[in-house]
Amino acid sequence: MYVAVKGGERAIDNAHKLLADARRGDREVAELSLAQIDNQLALAVDRVMCEGSLYDRELASLAIKQARGDLIEAIFLLRAYRTTLPRFGASEPLETGAMDIRRRVSATFKDLPGGQVLGPTFDYTHRLLDHTLAEQGDVEEPATAPAETGRFKSVAELLDGGGLIEGDDPPADEIGDLTREPLSFPANRDLRLQNLARGDEGFLLALGYSTQRGFGRTHPFAGEIRYGSVEVEFFAEDAGFAVPLGSISVTECQMVNQFTGNGTQAPRFTRGYGLVFGQSERKAMAMALVDRSLRARELGEETGSPAQDEEFVLSHSDNVQATGFVEHLKLPHYVDFQSELGLLRKLQVEFHARDGRDETPIQDAAE
Amino acid sequence: MLDITANTPAFDPAYASQAAFRALMECMARPGEIRSLKGIDAPAPFAPATAALIKSLADYETPLWLDATFAAAPKAAEWIRFHTGAPVVGSPAQAAFALIADARTLPDFGLFAQGTSEYPDRSTTVMVQIDAFSGDAVTLKGPGIKAAHRFAAAPLPADFDTRLQVNRALFPRGIDLVFIAGNGIAALPRSIMIEER
Amino acid sequence: MSAPVYNFAYLDEQTKRMIRRAILKAIAIPGYQVPFASREMPMPYGWGTGGVQVTASILGPDDKLKVIDQGSDDTTNAVSIRKFFVKTAGVETTTKTSEATVIQTRHRVPEQALTEDQVLVYQVPIPEPLRFLEPRETETRRMHALSEYGLMHVKLYEDIARHGHIATTYAYPVEVGGRYVMDPSPIPKFDNPKLSDCAALQLFGAGREKRIYAIPPYTHVKSLDFEDHPFEPYRHDAQCELCGAMNSYLDEVITDDAGSRMFVCSDTDFCEGRRAAGHGPVAAGAMETARG
Repeated sequence: MYVAVKGGERAIDNAHKLLADARRGDREVAELSLAQIDNQLALAVDRVMCEGSLYDRELASLAIKQARGDLIEAIFLLRAYRTTLPRFGASEPLETGAMDIRRRVSATFKDLPGGQVLGPTFDYTHRLLDHTLAEQGDVEEPATAPAETGRFKSVAELLDGGGLIEGDDPPADEIGDLTREPLSFPANRDLRLQNLARGDEGFLLALGYSTQRGFGRTHPFAGEIRYGSVEVEFFAEDAGFAVPLGSISVTECQMVNQFTGNGTQAPRFTRGYGLVFGQSERKAMAMALVDRSLRARELGEETGSPAQDEEFVLSHSDNVQATGFVEHLKLPHYVDFQSELGLLRKLQVEFHARDGRDETPIQDAAE
Repeated sequence: MLDITANTPAFDPAYASQAAFRALMECMARPGEIRSLKGIDAPAPFAPATAALIKSLADYETPLWLDATFAAAPKAAEWIRFHTGAPVVGSPAQAAFALIADARTLPDFGLFAQGTSEYPDRSTTVMVQIDAFSGDAVTLKGPGIKAAHRFAAAPLPADFDTRLQVNRALFPRGIDLVFIAGNGIAALPRSIMIEER
Repeated sequence: MSAPVYNFAYLDEQTKRMIRRAILKAIAIPGYQVPFASREMPMPYGWGTGGVQVTASILGPDDKLKVIDQGSDDTTNAVSIRKFFVKTAGVETTTKTSEATVIQTRHRVPEQALTEDQVLVYQVPIPEPLRFLEPRETETRRMHALSEYGLMHVKLYEDIARHGHIATTYAYPVEVGGRYVMDPSPIPKFDNPKLSDCAALQLFGAGREKRIYAIPPYTHVKSLDFEDHPFEPYRHDAQCELCGAMNSYLDEVITDDAGSRMFVCSDTDFCEGRRAAGHGPVAAGAMETARG
């Protein structure tokens, strides 16, 4: 005899114990420390901080450990923690021109003030599995050079000097925050950029890629990509001036795109912008491509491709939202499913009755 | 790590806000019904319940507009700034909440934000302090009311019934009214309809 | 890194104020979806974050909370959400509908009529009833503003043309207080009549979609239909095999590989209450009589 399902509470507790056990794995194997994750899985930490919208390497490392390396789960953990934090205000705009540069490349000029700085990059590595890494071993000290100090103009600034590219947007009085105000459409560029910075790397990558394959072409050039640390400043009302809070690592991408112009305005290049926490050129570049595509309406271009569709892009870029809703299909839906089943049986009965056949394929128990 | 109850003190300001909100929620859901809540002391002309409601609902995101009586009491504005951080604005059309100490001089409803047809929620909630829930009663109907409900408040502007009818005609746009007498509160959301007296 | 400290009922006070303001507007404009700055919650989107935020914002220390999913207090997600509030708010919980002051639900309305002292909080996945007819928010918002609901009727009528019936069996659209067309959340349409003139306040929270809406008590809620195809609630034509109920919504349970089926009440508290009162399944012969 059927017994109504009971014991959900104990089952959940046990499942969570199993999860903790699986997370730890073989107890003979040394447990990961947060410092190990922070140092040796640094790019994973970067991604979790960026899409988690919280710059804290230690918490991000903890989230990765707790999530068993599932980065979207780790992003979710960090977001859920972030949302409980009190909010004091917005920082001053980051001065990326004054970045302490670790890497800086431009695809539009062979050389430029400040030079091309390759820095730590996978580019030009041969993607051959390195079996020596399977064992612990010493790593050679890298070659270093004294850092060039000073402020290096970005390619966009250099072009702007010659009037060849559109300038920066005028500074806004108030910067939107989609975590404090629900997004409404059309959204301004500040909110779009915030959405993209938090957006899923894979989703943005695919959208950016689609613009290169003709679904809303923007003729992009990687004007400049730079990665390094920048100081964050906060205007303190009581002090009356901006005080430094510390520095963070960011990757910035300035994409230079196809020009616009009309009878009243000289033709000039347009821009797409990407900025992410930590080192992720893939994400920063994809973000810049999509940012530019989302400006199609503003620039009077033809729209209709997925990456140009603001509602489509902004409503589906968040992997925490997407994961939750896709995975919620695991939750019981039997109440709704059986309503459908009931209707379907009724329709089938009617169908077969009309067909002149009296047998029904499914015998309803209640009949 | 998630031991939250351990961090909850025996008395929490969160409880006071919750109680005040819940009373107002019930009032909004059952127009014209009077509930009492635990008021808090605040400088004149604040009624204790007004202070409790404002403290539980207003913050830096909600511009407040003050009527002449409130505006003439600098200590009241100071209390608002200190306890809520809400900006006080000069135009009622920008206000999320309006505080009215003198119900007889209640400004025309059209001066407040009435929302748009796409976002009717972008409207002002007007909190009106009155002497008592008594006087000439009006019959209310509409969402939240089982059949009909009698509601009285004094003092009120002479053309109050007409104003409510005009407000209702704007639905879903319009303003929502909260009445306060001492520790007692009642609400007339924009959805109510009134019968001729 | 410092150990996190959380507020009563998890949400910080600023967030609660924001949600409370949205709830007040939702009550004042029955059926209108109020946008709110939904927060990331420690459970996934689509798993009740909207309902949880609404519940967390209204809940007080004297409340008694009941949480159900598919009508049952013991399904995993209901257990998880109930435990969340026990942990973060320390409130008393109950499985008895009659004892609860706040009931959070997913996909069902309790069988027992609710009272004026109760609040029913629905978890909503897609709050926009027009979303599957028009994917764009800018468009659906305009349609609501103009009460332009013809598209919905066309969709329902196309069902009738194709199948002879309206093919919507759950999340069946309703009109609230003669104005807004509203999604009642994915409750079976069997539950739709319970929304109308209900003594309790009904609140709807959609976390991922960032919307809150409400049906005040004693508000007329009409399921959309046509004169020649009136709205019909559906239930399996059977009795509950545990308590014999003939008027409750039933879950179908498959009992063996041959596809044998049985029916039991979806509302576990209702079923337990009936069994405690001595009700049980009625023999087949007697059932015909009972059906009349």
